[in-house]
Amino acid sequence: MSDVAGGAWAALPHIIGLSLAVSLLAAAAAAVVGLPLGAALAVYRFRGRATLVLLANALLGLPPVVVGLALYLLLSHSGPLGALGLLFTPPAMTLAQFLLALPIVVALSHRAMVGVWETYGDDLLVSGATRLQAIPHLLRIGQMDALTASLAGLGRTVSEVGAIMIVGGNIAGYTRTMTTAIVLETSEGHLAFALALGGVLVAISIAVNAGVFAIALRRPHHTTIQKTS
Amino acid sequence: MKPLRLLTALSLLSIVSTPLHASAETIVLASTTSIENSGLLAHILPQFTRASGIEVHVLAQGTGQALATAAHGDADLVLVHDPEAEAKFMAEGHGLARTEIAWNDFIIVGPRSDPAHVMGGRDVVAALRAIYAAGAPFISRGDKSGTDALEKRLWKASELDPAPGGVDWYRDIGGGMGAALNAAAAMGAYTLSDRGTWLSFGNKGEMQIEVEGDPRLINRYDVILLNPQAHPQAKQEPAHAFATWLASPDGQAAIADYTISGQRLFHPESDPKP
Repeated sequence: MSDVAGGAWAALPHIIGLSLAVSLLAAAAAAVVGLPLGAALAVYRFRGRATLVLLANALLGLPPVVVGLALYLLLSHSGPLGALGLLFTPPAMTLAQFLLALPIVVALSHRAMVGVWETYGDDLLVSGATRLQAIPHLLRIGQMDALTASLAGLGRTVSEVGAIMIVGGNIAGYTRTMTTAIVLETSEGHLAFALALGGVLVAISIAVNAGVFAIALRRPHHTTIQKTS
Repeated sequence: MKPLRLLTALSLLSIVSTPLHASAETIVLASTTSIENSGLLAHILPQFTRASGIEVHVLAQGTGQALATAAHGDADLVLVHDPEAEAKFMAEGHGLARTEIAWNDFIIVGPRSDPAHVMGGRDVVAALRAIYAAGAPFISRGDKSGTDALEKRLWKASELDPAPGGVDWYRDIGGGMGAALNAAAAMGAYTLSDRGTWLSFGNKGEMQIEVEGDPRLINRYDVILLNPQAHPQAKQEPAHAFATWLASPDGQAAIADYTISGQRLFHPESDPKP
């Protein structure tokens, strides 16, 4: 391993920290917004609902590089949101990954909540809950499915490189993450080091997913329906 | 939603654990992959930051993209190496002042087997003609970078069109310098590289320098300050401080000091060119 790679090891704590911060925050935001949306799409009946479900599923394949480019044009100083000064910053990267993870969380949680609603919906409504009040109950009953949807969102954010490369700029010590660092090291011909970084990324990804899943498993998840007050 | 709370807590934790930036002032420098990949900026920027308190965020892009980023108003200054594209940038009113701060040279690298028999030559145009005649694999950056622009100019000087369509030896990869070197190493192909990236490149494999020393292969790096009338949001004062430092004795010494395995990668501006 060359001395260039030696310097890169020193930068690793910041790179790992930023990777975790951006991808976890984006995935958490996607869960906070996406889970209730997915559940609402299962609970409410309204015109256009099928279109929204179709849209969420269609956006599962949203190409990161297109999201990155669109966000770049929005956030550029010559774009409509340029005054915010967000381009080439971690918040811009978080926003890009949030947009990529959101359809995944919505589509997967909707799919799961449809089944839960079929089973428990009548009971919830009979017990006096409105459809809006039923949503948190639904998510609690189906919390393992909600967790899976959230983890799928996290899987998208932690592995993503195309969008954050464009809106983050891969700036050393500021917006460089595990994935963009791997791209850079590969381009510099430091293939062994790039692969080592890849190993670290895979290990972190597995640890975070397993950790979240294990902690959630230890909680009772067959919650009985509580009467709403 | 417990898992949710957990996710939020974890993400907050990781944000807290991310080191904060101490410097008060930061500028964005749009630069080239050759400057960044060669390790020059990682060598000289800490010296500038120590002297000035200004932190420099580097975007490593091709020259074409770096100038476009600055033209969009998304950088505070640029450091690039394509005299023709720079002249156009200045003529369009984006730039205020352009200063040469360093130079090195380009080289043709290729496989040790040297199927076009160009090894040891000095005339780069003759070498391209030999590669063309042999139909030996050649990697083109194809990314509108400074290196790509020079390669196109050299082909023009050779009065040959390497890509009339249907040829399989001329391969346009649309990537950075490192990606082109990786591709050349994998395919046993020739390519045009700046010397800095070549010296710091870690995957040379069976490749060697084939052609060097042609005056047409001089590679000059210019720093360009942005015109405040066209780009009022650019941070003029710290950008000016950085450009001034690069041209100062301290900055020039920092550039001259940067070596890999005893070889100097960039010459200060005052060094005589061959």
